[in-house]
This record gives sequence, C-alpha cells and structure tokens, in this order.
Amino acid sequence: MAAVNDNIKSYTGFKAITILCLVVLYAPLVIVTIYSFNASKSITNWEGLSLYWYYDIFAGPESAKWKEAAWNSFTIAIVAATMATSIATLAATAMVRGGKFKLRTASFGLISLPLMVPEIVLAVATLIFFNSIGFTRGYFSILVAHTAFCIPFAYLPIQARMQGIEDSFEQAAMDLYANKRQAFTKILLPLMMPGIISGFLLAFIVSLDDFIITNFVKGAGVETLPTAIFGSVKQGLKPNIMAISTLLLGVSVVMVTISYFVSKKDNTQ
Amino acid sequence: MPDEAFNMAQHHKDADMSPSSTAAIEVRDAVKRYGTFTALKRISLTIEDNEFFTLLGPSGCGKTTLLRMIAGFEDVTEGAIHLFGDPIADLPPHQRPVNTVFQNYALFPHMTILENVAFGLEMRGKSKSEARSKAGEMLELVQLSEFAKRKPSQLSGGQQQRVALARALAPQPKVLLLDEPLSALDLKLRKAMQLELKHLQRETGITFIFVTHDQEEALTMSDRIAVMSAGEMQQLGSPTDIYERPRNMFVADFIGETNLLEVSVDAIAGGRATCHLGGGHELTCNEVEGIGVGAKVHLSIRPERLFMSEEPAEGESLKGRIKENIFVGTDISTIVELAEGPDFIVRTSNSDRGNKRIFEPGTEMFVNMELGAGRLLID
Ligand SMILES: Nc1ncnc2c1ncn2[C@@H]1O[C@H](COP(=O)(O)OP(=O)(O)O)[C@@H](O)[C@H]1O
Ligand SMILES: [Mg+2]
Repeated sequence: MAAVNDNIKSYTGFKAITILCLVVLYAPLVIVTIYSFNASKSITNWEGLSLYWYYDIFAGPESAKWKEAAWNSFTIAIVAATMATSIATLAATAMVRGGKFKLRTASFGLISLPLMVPEIVLAVATLIFFNSIGFTRGYFSILVAHTAFCIPFAYLPIQARMQGIEDSFEQAAMDLYANKRQAFTKILLPLMMPGIISGFLLAFIVSLDDFIITNFVKGAGVETLPTAIFGSVKQGLKPNIMAISTLLLGVSVVMVTISYFVSKKDNTQ
Repeated sequence: MPDEAFNMAQHHKDADMSPSSTAAIEVRDAVKRYGTFTALKRISLTIEDNEFFTLLGPSGCGKTTLLRMIAGFEDVTEGAIHLFGDPIADLPPHQRPVNTVFQNYALFPHMTILENVAFGLEMRGKSKSEARSKAGEMLELVQLSEFAKRKPSQLSGGQQQRVALARALAPQPKVLLLDEPLSALDLKLRKAMQLELKHLQRETGITFIFVTHDQEEALTMSDRIAVMSAGEMQQLGSPTDIYERPRNMFVADFIGETNLLEVSVDAIAGGRATCHLGGGHELTCNEVEGIGVGAKVHLSIRPERLFMSEEPAEGESLKGRIKENIFVGTDISTIVELAEGPDFIVRTSNSDRGNKRIFEPGTEMFVNMELGAGRLLID
C-alpha cells in the first residue's frame, strides 16, 4: 500500500495537478460561502462580516417568495424521494431475487437508462407527455416528474446492496417457518436498509437540485429553489443568492455525511 | 397433520397405511433435473425415526440437492417425498416441520444470538417472552448462554456453528437437515463437534440427516449411510456394512483405503470363489451373487486385513518382497510386490513393531489374510 502511494506521489506534476483540481472544484464554493457573509451590496467588494443577507432571505422584501420556493422544494424532494425509493426497493427485489426471467437485462437497462439520457431530452419528453394526457402543470406535475427521474438514482445503491446479501438468509428464515412476506420484512428489508437510506438521500439531493426538468413542467407561478434562484439571477446577481446557495450547500453536506456513515455501517458482517 | 403422524404412527399402521408410514422420511423415485442436466437419477430411500442418517459422496454428486428437496427449496421433478407418511413435496419450506443447519450457517447478521435462536419459535406463534426463554434454554444446551446478546459476527466459526444448531433445534423439528456443517472447522474442533452432534441427536431423539463428503466423518457418526455418486445411490447400509461389504468399485474405493486387484474367477464351490491374480497367484474369498466362473472383476482387500510373516500363515498366503515402508503416525503402510503380480498395501499398527511384523525393504516374506478378507465387487 505504502509503496503504491509513494509511487504516485513521485510522478512529476502530481502535486500541481492535485492542487489544480481541488482549486477548480472547491474555490467557487469557498468564495460563495465567504461572500454570503459580506456586508456589501456588491458581490465582489468585501465590506466586512455580516449576516445581513441571511436576514434578507428570511425577513426581507422577497422572503415570502423564498419561503414558498423552499417549502415546494423540500416537500417535493421528500415525497418524490420516498416514492422513488419505495418503487426502487421493489424493483431491486424483483431484479435480484426474481430468478432469471426473460428480459432481465433489458429491464435493468430500462431502469438505468434515464441516467444516460441528456436531461433536456427527458425534460422535453416529460413536458410533451404531460401535455398529451392533459396533466395541468403545477406542484403535482413537478412531483410526478421528480418521482420518475429519481427512481434510477434510488435504485442503484439499493441494487448494489442487495447483490451483497446472500439468499441463504431468506431461505433460513423460511426454513424457520417465516412465510415469504415475513422473510422480506424481518430479514431482507433490515439487511437492505443501508442501501435504501443511501438511495433515498441520493434521490432527495437530486430532486432538491433539479432545475431543467422542473423548469419545463412547473407551470407559471410555482417555483422551487433552483427555479427561483435562476429567476432572481436573471434580474441581476445579488449577495442574497450566495446566502441561499450556502444554505443549500449545508443541506448537501449534511446528507452526504449521513450517507457516508450509513454506508460504513455494514450490518451483513 | 405431521404431528398426528408422529404421535400416532402405530395407529396409522393399523389403519392400512403402507408399512413405511412410520419412517421419518421416505423418498420415492425422486428425480431432479436442472434443464437437461439430471442431478438426481431416481433416488429411493427410507430414513427411520430417531436415526442418524448420512448422505455421503464426492462433491457434486447431488447431496445438497436432495437435502434442499427435503427442506423445500428445490422442487421435485419426479417422484414423492413423505414425512411420517404425509406427502410434503408440494408444501412450501415454512410449512414443513423440518429445519436446516446451513453450510455457511446463514445466521441473521442484524439479530443477536438470542434473537436468532428465538426466530423459529416466534414464527411458529410463540409469544416473544416464551420464545426467548426457550431460546435461552437452547443456548444453554450448546453452552453459549454468555454470548446471548452478541451479534453473530462477534463469534468464532465453531460458536456460530453451535448457534446455527441451536436455532435449527429450537422449534423441535421432526427432522434436522445438516449440510456439511463441520467442513469449515479445523480438525480438532471438527472431531469435538462430531461427538457433540452425535450426543445431541441421542439426547433430542430427532432424526438427523447429515451431509458430508468426508467418509471418515460418516463412518464415525452415522447409524446408516447412503453412498452417492453422480446423482445415483451406490449403497445404503450401516458403517460396518459399507466398509466391510462394499457393493461395488466406487464404494470400495471411496470409503477408506483398499487394495483393488483385477482378478478372474476360476472356480466357485461351497460359497467360496477361487480367483486368479496374474503371475500364478491365487486367492480364495467369499462368493458374491451375480459373479460367476470366468468373470473378470475386482477384488477389494483392506490393507489392515493383511499381515506379513516370514513363513506362510494359516488362511491365504502370497509370497512377495517388501518395496517400501511408509510411516503414517499410528500405522505403517508397507508396499509389497508379488513376483510378476500386483502390488499390495499392508497396514500394520505401529504397536506391532516389536512383534516382528515389520520388515526391511527387499526382504522376502509372505502376505497373509483370513479366508473371507477379500471381497469381490460388481463394477
Ligand atoms: N441451480 C442449479 N442449476 C443447475 N445445476 C445445478 C444447480 N444446483 C446444483 N446443480 C448441479 O447439480 C449437481 C449436484 O449438486 P449438489 O447437490 O450441490 O452437489 P453436492 O452437494 O453433492 O456437492 C452438480 O453437478 C451441480 O452443478
Ligand atoms: Mg453440497
């Protein structure tokens, strides 16, 4: 292990490339975070530390708009992630435990394809589909669209987890007089839980963050945080955007941290 | 239903059932096919109540398949399986009063040891407290009470093995299935567990069906053994039967060490067959039904049934020369070369060293055996 590390470290340019990558990835985030605490109205001149812009989004003239957008974003993310995770859990159970049914490979492709399709294509397709069935655009159209595109994100960690669970556990349960349903709820589901939680968190973040599809299917008057931020930026960049971005970043960091600890807790060992 | 069959076996007999309805398990003409591959080719066997029964055979011969068919994890392509007289082939696993000790133990990793052992009892409708107290008793039986609150991963292999055993025994199954339960343990622990298992079987009176590929283990533990190979039953009998009276080449070769000699039968008289070994050597052994004069067959002689001496002894004697002595701990294996005939392996107990039964390589001597020591085999 040590030898391999030494090797990589001794490559010419290793240090420079590493630093460059870190700077490109994190410098913007650091700058946004720092400037969200700026007292200035300008987004580039530093005029001292202040919580003014946080006060502004919670109590300023636009606070009602932000609150409504945040409410929409979080309720949609929670409901869509919950539904997507439930569907993904059932799909993964069928795919991994359903034996070798026809079109198994095709089914897997169908579930994960949306990850490969450009999001703009999905957005247009979803919009056209909703129009053709006469689904009014608004809160519920966003919810349905988010549930649909979150399924593959929830599915992947759940399936990965399930493949690591030998089927002898369920067989042992059935051998000990558990019926199929009891074997699922008492044995398989608890063992899958780390995968399910990871899947849920991933789906939640993806939904919270989505702009393109939401923008297409939301209809007039309904905003989520990303669409509201975009709308506000179009009218000029103000430091309050940085405050909101920093808060969203905080939510992501919390999610990623939970996800990390859940995935580290391997209960099949 | 199975409960009735269990308690009222005698009654069933009177009620004009087939006489084998008291058998714990009866497998009738069972065939198992995976697609075009036939894993079991028409197996029939009867396992009596309270029996320690072993399925023995090399890896891939279909032992696990047969066990999983009895447990309900594989369906039966053809044939029937009866448990105390009741057909069970169509019942799902959770409706069969049969429990399994899995090869990899399959202990539930998210539950404590106590919860694992209580699981079957709870699924059978016992209250949580009742199940736990019964599970506690089972843990006492396998001497693991102090580990009740641990998770399976915090136990050693041998301890996990005993938990798996306690978990499978707790709901008091009619039949316990064990699929190579000792194969992951080291030799010393395995020997100890063999005794413990045998002891548990006697104590509980539950019928055990034990799967192993280790012939020594099978001989030590079983009341009866079914020797299988390539999906077929080769021989069914007590350990002594199988060891001393193997029916065919496969059984003789698979169980223990043996001298397998090609012979032709010269004469049969008075229940004895005189055979020709080549090089002018002759041997007489017991006649075997189905092998007539002129037959070219194999003769099996266990190395420990042979002994060496300077002068020919009573019984059968063949003149030969010592090729090599091999020290194997408790015994010495000697390879003896017959003049223009086959080689023999002779096993002499190390304690016989002083009795002049061991000779230096190159010595001319006689290999002797009792009259019935060799056994003719149907191929
Ligand atoms: N699910 C299956 N599909 C196809 N072949 C199988 C399956 N399970 C077992 N077999 C085959 O059946 C034969 C017997 O297997 P098994 O009962 O596991 O043998 P054993 O337990 O005696 O080692 C083997 O040749 C194995 O490859
Ligand atoms: Mg096996």
